[in-house]
Amino acid sequence: MATRHDTAAPLAKEGGAAPARPEVVRTTDERRRARMSRRWQRDMRWSPYAFVSPFFLLFVAFGLFPLIYTGWASLHTVELTAPTDMKWAGLHNYTRIFDDDFFWNAAKNTLTMGIISTVPQLAMAMGLAHILNYKLRASTFFRVVMLAPYATSIAAASLVFVLLFGRDYGMINWALHFVGGGHIDWQNDKWPSQIAVSSIVVWRWTGYNALIYLAAMQAVPQDLYESAALDGANRWQQFFHVTLPQLRPTILFTCVVSTIGASQLFGEPLMFDANKGASGGAEHQFQTLGLYLYEQGWVNQHLGRASAIAWTMFLILIVIGIVNYVISRRLRESS
Amino acid sequence: MRTSIRRSRRLGALAAVAAMTTGLLTGCANDSGSKSDTSGDGGGKGKTTITLGLFGTMGFKEAGLYTEYEKLHPNISIQENVIEKNENYYPALVNHLTTNSGLQDVQAVEVGNIAEVVQTQASKLEDLSKVAGVDKSNWLDWKWQQATTKDGQTIGLGTDIGPMAICYRKDLFKAAGLPSDRDQVSKLWAGDWSKLVSTGEQYKKKAPSGTTFMDSPGGLLNAILSSASQKFYDASGKVIYKSNPAVRSAFNLTAQAAKDGLVQSQPQFQPGWDQLISNSKFASVACPPWMLGYIKGKSKADAAGQWDVAQAPQAGNWGGTFLTVPKSGKNVTEAEKFVTWLTAPAQQAKLFAVQGSFPSAPSAYAMSQVTGAKNQMTGDAPIGTIFAQAAKSIPTQPIGPKDQIIQQGLTDNGVILVTKGKSADDAWNTATKTIDNNLEQ
Repeated sequence: MATRHDTAAPLAKEGGAAPARPEVVRTTDERRRARMSRRWQRDMRWSPYAFVSPFFLLFVAFGLFPLIYTGWASLHTVELTAPTDMKWAGLHNYTRIFDDDFFWNAAKNTLTMGIISTVPQLAMAMGLAHILNYKLRASTFFRVVMLAPYATSIAAASLVFVLLFGRDYGMINWALHFVGGGHIDWQNDKWPSQIAVSSIVVWRWTGYNALIYLAAMQAVPQDLYESAALDGANRWQQFFHVTLPQLRPTILFTCVVSTIGASQLFGEPLMFDANKGASGGAEHQFQTLGLYLYEQGWVNQHLGRASAIAWTMFLILIVIGIVNYVISRRLRESS
Repeated sequence: MRTSIRRSRRLGALAAVAAMTTGLLTGCANDSGSKSDTSGDGGGKGKTTITLGLFGTMGFKEAGLYTEYEKLHPNISIQENVIEKNENYYPALVNHLTTNSGLQDVQAVEVGNIAEVVQTQASKLEDLSKVAGVDKSNWLDWKWQQATTKDGQTIGLGTDIGPMAICYRKDLFKAAGLPSDRDQVSKLWAGDWSKLVSTGEQYKKKAPSGTTFMDSPGGLLNAILSSASQKFYDASGKVIYKSNPAVRSAFNLTAQAAKDGLVQSQPQFQPGWDQLISNSKFASVACPPWMLGYIKGKSKADAAGQWDVAQAPQAGNWGGTFLTVPKSGKNVTEAEKFVTWLTAPAQQAKLFAVQGSFPSAPSAYAMSQVTGAKNQMTGDAPIGTIFAQAAKSIPTQPIGPKDQIIQQGLTDNGVILVTKGKSADDAWNTATKTIDNNLEQ
């Protein structure tokens, strides 16, 4: 054993006086083990990166690059007909947004339609989830039915709703006629059109949210209800004092998701008046930011302007995200 | 051994992932490069496939023109890819042209877009005027000019035009005490659009309940505008829509008709408008030949034979398509030959017989398919000769790259508002504000 040179004296550090490390004669087995160990280490260190790389490569190609390119395009005057022909415009595309009535009109519509679609949607979802949470016959059937609208394509749904909301021959006006309701022009009047578009959103997403609430409700411990019942709480009081507080994180989640969805509202208003397409009604009465962006970029072919709108929307979304975060932290602290 | 297998597997997986991602990343770029691989008649089976990118039903297939060409040229097969609406088709086409990829051998361009294509994309398209067998004199002069650049390059061959007449319901006209013979009807408003509107006032006095004189403000505005010698652009390409008195007077006349309730308030080609047709709620509509096919499609059976066609006060053009051959297509020469054949007068006449797309080649007007054309909706009316007469008096109107945007603004953000009770001036202001915002780069 003592004949092994490498154990005889400590290795010299760089610049030291001790003799350099002599070449080690190893058996093939030892060499293979060393190699395996090196490989093992490399494997441990680099493989995870390789495994996650597809997502990041795709993200760079289809997420990050477009984002940066859009930012670059937003500083130029550039048309879709000649995307390589860019003229530097500085912040002009952004500054004009400030006095662009159409942009602010779209922003206002997005906000109001966001409210009139999200609030009833979540309230109805909560109610439905509460009912589904009782013992029901064929409950799976009802749960699947709830999800059916979510699985329908926006285009198909919107086409049906357009027919329902028709002014002269639509079923809704026909039904209103019997209760003495007026002749509502669902497409051309401001609030009716916004309500009609929101109703498509509500129809589509209520079931989805209801199932999320239902899942959360079923995770509420049964003994909480039992003790509440022992204290004399009726169903309604149980709902308010047991279910709702237990569901708080879930409600927050659905609020965030719905807010993001509402701020990106696009397909429903686009399909609702296919003739006017992206202009969102004769007086832009239901044009959302998404539609305005599409109109500038793809109908009018002003890529630079559209890019600036896209970035502004992105910034607005970040602000909404921060507000959401702050509110949810306050709520968590207060509870 | 074991490790090396494991290693090679791992490397294999990595390679697969890498190949997939790079494949995805470079996939788009490959399109234009692969042109030479499949060009000519080297397509394996010895057949060249010519692909056409079209919007809507253009009827070449329905008229049997593909099979006929394939019979004449056994080494050719033809395949069309149809996108239903031009609003969806055109942005994709522009996108493909600017990146020079994903193009079909033949691409159709609608008349509303041809000016923009001529001005911005001509370098990407073949000059078809130099192709053997293409004879400029086959086409109406203005149709040829629309697809020709300033330096004389013709990038599209016309397939059809839309000479506009007024289609009217004989029964409703009779019920309202108006003449129903087509020559007398034409005389009611000959030469002046305001006479058409005053005929409408007359119609309104004794109109069958629930019906209006015309179908929609947009249709009327479109008809008046298309018969003007200048519309939105002047000959030098300047936007003049706001200062052009013809536009303002067309707008005001339409607004007046809308205000007086002479037109329905539904926008054209929408479900609500379709229901007006099927319930026979309007007595007349500005109509190019293809409109008769649309009306037929939406009408109930009892409407057949009730319609007739009178001349418009002044003839205009509505619709029409061009076929272009992109330079980056896979079979450029074969596509040029095919397009030349497809747009020749004889084929245009056949297309009219089946599809009602009116020929843009005047020599087709004397052919039996045109002169003998009958339409179920109009009974025995000789629609071929009626529309041919209109076609001959269509003015040569400069069209500009943003014609569609301007017209859509005037219609959908303008005259339609009058039916909701806005004044003509307010509607004009809303429309021009929208249009100016849309035109600003």
